[in-house]
Parts: sequence; C-alpha cells; structure tokens
Amino acid sequence: MSATAIRVRPRSTEAGNPGPRRPRGRGLGLVAWLAGIVFFLPIAWMALTSFHSEEDAATNPPSFGAALTLDGYREFFGTGGGASPWPSLINSTVASLTSTLLVLVLALPAAYALSIRPVKKWTDVLFFFLSTKMLPVVAGLLPIYLFAKNTGMLDNIWLLVILYTSMNLPIAVWMMQSFLSEVPVAIIEAAQIDGAKLPTILARVVAPIALPGIAATALICFIFSWNELLFARVLTGVVAETAPVFLTGFITSQGLFLAKVCAASLVISLPVLAAGFAAQDKLVQGLSLGAVK
Amino acid sequence: MTATTTAPVAAPSVRTEKRPSGRMRAWATRAPLLPALIFMVAVTQLPFVATLVISFFDWNSLYPDARSFTGFGNYSEVLTDAALRKSVWTTILLTVTVVLASLILGLGLALLLDRKFRGRGVVRTLLIAPFLVVPVAAALLWKHVLYNPEYGLLNGLLHYVGGPEPDWISNTPLLAVEMSLVWQWTPFMMLILLAGLQSRDHQQIEAAKVDGASDWQVFRYLTLPHLRRYLELGALLGSIYIVQNFDAVFTITSGGLGTANLPYTVYQSFYQAHENGLASAAGVLVVIGSIIIATFALRVVSSLFREEVGRA
Repeated sequence: MSATAIRVRPRSTEAGNPGPRRPRGRGLGLVAWLAGIVFFLPIAWMALTSFHSEEDAATNPPSFGAALTLDGYREFFGTGGGASPWPSLINSTVASLTSTLLVLVLALPAAYALSIRPVKKWTDVLFFFLSTKMLPVVAGLLPIYLFAKNTGMLDNIWLLVILYTSMNLPIAVWMMQSFLSEVPVAIIEAAQIDGAKLPTILARVVAPIALPGIAATALICFIFSWNELLFARVLTGVVAETAPVFLTGFITSQGLFLAKVCAASLVISLPVLAAGFAAQDKLVQGLSLGAVK
Repeated sequence: MTATTTAPVAAPSVRTEKRPSGRMRAWATRAPLLPALIFMVAVTQLPFVATLVISFFDWNSLYPDARSFTGFGNYSEVLTDAALRKSVWTTILLTVTVVLASLILGLGLALLLDRKFRGRGVVRTLLIAPFLVVPVAAALLWKHVLYNPEYGLLNGLLHYVGGPEPDWISNTPLLAVEMSLVWQWTPFMMLILLAGLQSRDHQQIEAAKVDGASDWQVFRYLTLPHLRRYLELGALLGSIYIVQNFDAVFTITSGGLGTANLPYTVYQSFYQAHENGLASAAGVLVVIGSIIIATFALRVVSSLFREEVGRA
C-alpha cells in the first residue's frame, strides 16, 4: 500500500463518518476563499483606484485609505476635456446587439435542422461550423481589410457587424443545437400535422421551450462581440471606433491618468461582467461549444 | 427512424408514396441550414482562400506596381527571418505556458470549489470575474495598475514584505504577458473542470470509499480518468484562443521585447510594414498550426459528443 503515505485522512473516517472531516473541510474552504480573494484583488484594486484622485492613484507605495472622488469617471466621460467615449460605447452597443440578433436569426433555423430534423451527415455539418471557429482571425484579416478599403467599407460599423456574426455563428449553432435537442419531437410533429410552417413552429413551439438556452447563446455572442479588438482595431478609425479600440488609447498613458484608465476599464467591462454573472452556468456550456453540460 | 424522411438524392427508392419526392424532402430538410452555411463560407472561407493566394506574391502595398509571384518565397522568408522565426517560437511558448499553468491552477480551484463550504457561491463568483473583464481592459489593468514599477500594486505589496521590486514588463516581458493571461484563463479552465467534477458518478465514489480507498486513490483512479476528457477539452479550447491572442501582446508590450507572437506579427507586417505577401504567409502558418491543434480538438469534442449521443 504505497498510497498510505500520501493519505491525509485517517482510516476511521472513510466509512462516511462526517465528524473529523469538518476541520479539514473548513481549512480547504479558507484556501478557496483566499484563492477567490487573490484572483479578485486586481479588479477590486482597479475599482478602488478608479475612485481616487490622480495624485492618490499614483503614489508609491499605493495608498489604501485615500479620499474617494468621482474625478476619474468625470474625466472618462469627457467632462474633463478629453475625447468623449460615448460614440465608441454606442458603436459597441450597436455592433454587439445587431450581430447577436443576426446570429440568432441565422443560427436558430440551422440548429433546428441539425437537431430536430437531422439532415444526413449532420455531424459533418456541425464539425464544419466548429472548424471555422478554429480558423484564426489573422488568416482572413488582410483580404477583408483590402476588400473594405476598395469598397469604401473601412471605418464602417456594419462591416464589423457582419464579421462579428461570422465569429459567433459557429458557437451559436453548436450551443443551440444542444439546447434544441431537448425539445420533444412529438410536439413539433403535432404542430406540423396542424399545418404549421417552419417560422411558426420556430416562434411558437421551439423558441418558448428552448428560451433559456437561446438567451444564454445570445449573451455569449454579445460578450464576444463586445470584447473583440483585432477586427475593430484594423477596420475602424474615427467614426466606427468601438469601446475596446477607445481603450487602446490608454496603452501609453502615463501615471497621471491612472484613475481615468481604471474608470474606463471598469465602465467598458461592466456590460460583460453583468452578462457573464447572469449566465454563469450556461457560460461553461457555451464556451465549451456544448460539449460540457 | 428519420432515415426514410431524410433520404438523400442518391436513394429515391426509399421514399414513401404519401410524401413528395425524396429530393424535395431532402431539400426541405436542408433549407434552414443553408443561410448559415452560405454566410459562413462567404465570410470565413473566401478570405482565407484570398490570403492563401496573396501569400504566394511579393506584394508591398506601398509599391503596388512591383507585385510579383514568388512561389514559396514568403514562406521561406518567414521561416528564415530571425525576427519572424522568433515570433513562431514565442507563440508556442506563450500558448503552452499559459494553457498548462491555467489548467493546473484551474484544476486546483475546481477541486476546492467542488467541496461544500460556507460562501462557495461567492467564491465562485469572485473567481469567474477575471474571465469577464474585457481583454483590453484586463491587459491595461496589468500594465498600468499592477506592473508599474513605481506605483503598481504588485510592487506595492512587495514593498510591505520587503521583497525585491522589479520592473516587471522590462525585465520579464513574456512572463508579464503570460501572468495576465493565466489570470484571465484560469477561471475558464476552472469552470470546465468544475462541470466535469460535478458530472462524476457519486455512487461509484461512495462505493470506492466504503471499500477503503483513500482520497488520493479516489482522485487518481476515478476522478482523474473521468476528468481526462475535460482536461483535454480545456487545453484544446484554451490553445485555440491563446494561439490567436492579440489583445494582451498588443496592450502590455506592443509586441516589443521579444513578445511579438504570430498574430501580432501578421498584424504588424501588413498594417504597419504594408508587407501583404509576408503577412499572408505568416497568417497561413498560423492556420497550419491551428489545424494541427484543431484536429486533436475535433477528436476530443466528437468523442464527448458520441458519449452524449450514446447516453441518450
């Protein structure tokens, strides 16, 4: 029994006696709490710094008890004289919401065909969708840039909408396929016998049952679009600038604007943080392309 | 089964009299798929074909008239140019380090969170948060708020314990990028592995414990084999995203100090150096690397998938 040496727990507790288990359980709970705090500390610190004045934010060593102020946020929203982030926030909202909507419109029928009325070789089709996700963005970036430049689509938010749709469509098809598989086929057949056509079936029968899954899919698409930088950086400029591109303006920022950087990062992350916390469980399933439940 | 209703064009004899022709049925079944399929082919496959074509040309967009066919010239340049070859190596190093570190940390955290303790939900939420910060914002956070040698939090904390206070980004640039990425990706690994842990057969574990198996034996012979697929899935999905990482490299070091990975190099060679052919060749190389990873990824996902179908 070589494993005895590594064993921590005494043999007497192995039959399920909960008594002596508790102290170690509590110890590991503390370790978990500690890990949670360590991982969250940078975000907490960023939040605290965003409410400090620039002078207090850039002290050495860092100040913990400095007075709180909204100056960082005033600066960020442009009332302090800098460029206003509003156009970029609006662009990001439009691009993310529109592309998410477009993804749903395209993915729902596709997922329906793949899950409820399986086409022949449907796993092959699913894998094709997945494989496009594995094609690195940089592989198509140059032709897309050249295309946009030659057609005058550069700095146009609708080009981003199309690209974000293609970025999220594979994930959405995969996720929804797994959600729609849970809709009983009998209900759909009953609707078909009653003479319902595809759009009616999708809207009246399938959607209500699969709604939580569809909502989770939408949230994940929204998060990915909102976060995207490379396409936005290359293809937009002044007019169609998105929030992450706006943030890149802080890359070379010196200590003077630390509170503003923190305020900007937090405000721009807020929609994603909110969406992510709301969909914690479905997030895993979505990000692992439906393979993990 | 549905095999008769979805009978392909090749087997019209299977169709029944009550229904329209097999061909029609087959198309009716496929039709809802077509918009998504056509869209994907148009937006992802066509540009890649164009990239492939451009990669065989010597083409600097500042000198459009000097465009000429060079065959594999760009590829040999990418592979022999010291700076470009370094970016291939950087990409591998960055990906492997970040995936392994976040996988091991994520496994530890998942095992901790799999137990019941007071405030487990809160800790879970705290741990997920890094993954939910916009990547550029996370990179800015590390660059300015944590790493800054003068007023950054890391050196601030080190100051109180009297440790060394290095200039993180200048001294260990790649490690600085990697640390920020590990911080962002550990929650992702934890979430996948936690889902894996919670799908274990608890009766089997109880039975093993009744038979006198130690915690370590349960972990080694039951939990770990069960987690294998989830570990593989986490590693492969993580690799696919981290191989493509642009945000952290761009924000924290701007590709300087030997941290330029392939995506950043591709971006730089066409966006700043206007070397279209070279950029395309580098892009194609990223794709080849990804295809190698993806082949394994597809195998893992399809095995998970088959398991699920088998269960149903």
